[in-house]
Amino acid sequence: MDKFTVLDLLQLDLKEHDALNLKCMAGRTGLVREITLPEIDRPGLALSGFFENFAFQRIQVFGRGENAYLKKLENEGQTDTIGRILSHEIPCCIFTFNINPTQAFFRIAEKAKCPILQTDLPSSEFSARVMRVLSNIFAPNQTIHGVFVEVFGVGILIKGDSGVGKSEIALELIERGHRLVADDAINIRCVSGNYLLGKGASVVISHHMEIRGLGIINITHLFGVGAIRDEKKLELVVQLEEWDSKKVYDRIGSEESIDILGIKVPFVIIPVKPGRNIPIIIETAAMNERLKRMGYDSAKEFSSNVMNWLETKSARAYFLEEKHTFK
Amino acid sequence: MVECLVTIKNRAGIHARPAALLVQTATQFSSKIIIEKDTERINGKSIMGVISLGATYNSQLKLIVEGADEQQAIAALVRLFENKFQEE
Repeated sequence: MDKFTVLDLLQLDLKEHDALNLKCMAGRTGLVREITLPEIDRPGLALSGFFENFAFQRIQVFGRGENAYLKKLENEGQTDTIGRILSHEIPCCIFTFNINPTQAFFRIAEKAKCPILQTDLPSSEFSARVMRVLSNIFAPNQTIHGVFVEVFGVGILIKGDSGVGKSEIALELIERGHRLVADDAINIRCVSGNYLLGKGASVVISHHMEIRGLGIINITHLFGVGAIRDEKKLELVVQLEEWDSKKVYDRIGSEESIDILGIKVPFVIIPVKPGRNIPIIIETAAMNERLKRMGYDSAKEFSSNVMNWLETKSARAYFLEEKHTFK
Repeated sequence: MVECLVTIKNRAGIHARPAALLVQTATQFSSKIIIEKDTERINGKSIMGVISLGATYNSQLKLIVEGADEQQAIAALVRLFENKFQEE
């Protein structure tokens, strides 16, 4: 991953419940400082002059309490502790509740080239949001080649060798009313260690597709905003393969899965051959996956029904044979 | 054309898994494969057909194979029945 700087944090495109509402108030030259940890620190102890185990690598959050203490220090003329705090390589200081730090604090920060940011959010809400945002950014991730689509609400990653027809199949799915998340380079993140989120590796190119013979097309412009989405949970991986008559394909439906970033994702291999309507097969796979999540596994249910039927037949045959003994 | 009578030797009969195994074996050969049980006649390369026979323990089936590789095909199929479909 590239270095994640304070400037990147300011430039993140976050909406609604994720918005951090940050603006930079001082120390602009320090915006290139790197954020290395997805954690925050309240610098209460450091302010009182206790620097043992001071977590200076973290973002420092100043709330009402910290600010009141800063004012008190300044009134008493003890600004050297502020200098000591800011002499550490702190990524940035963030003031919540729209608090304006004092002029003395600004001066010291400018001198130390430490960026000072401000947000209108309350401290607790800001902490929760920034932790969520940072853990997302620092989540383990991987870039996978394929097409990522949403079909009937199920996030499906279509993989396969180039030329097998991934993009054409995705195009047909979009045409049938499903959505494109990204084409070609998909960035998969493991969020909080239990599910995977996928989106385009680059915002600029993610809603474009390359179709052989047509070149680059813009899905948003051609099919409308309803045909795209930015991000989606990955729930199924479909591998497309050239039909190999010697290979044995799944006939009853087994429970195969593939490991991505330590998470098991249901996995199906679909052989491609001229005349096979792959988009419809993928639609059916999506619906079957939804059904499984609702607790109904078609393959298992079918199998157990057949077993029951055979058992009943068997028992009946046995009973008919032994009939004479009932006299 | 070759014909052969076989008996189901696995207790559970031909349920989904043995049927899949049978069909997988059958599709490896180019010969036409028909399975008969009582009055029913089905294509041995169709999984739903094989399951619908409802072949239970000790019931008898007739395999009818016709084509270029009929000898190998019938041998492979009979072996499956003898091995109780790798069950038990």
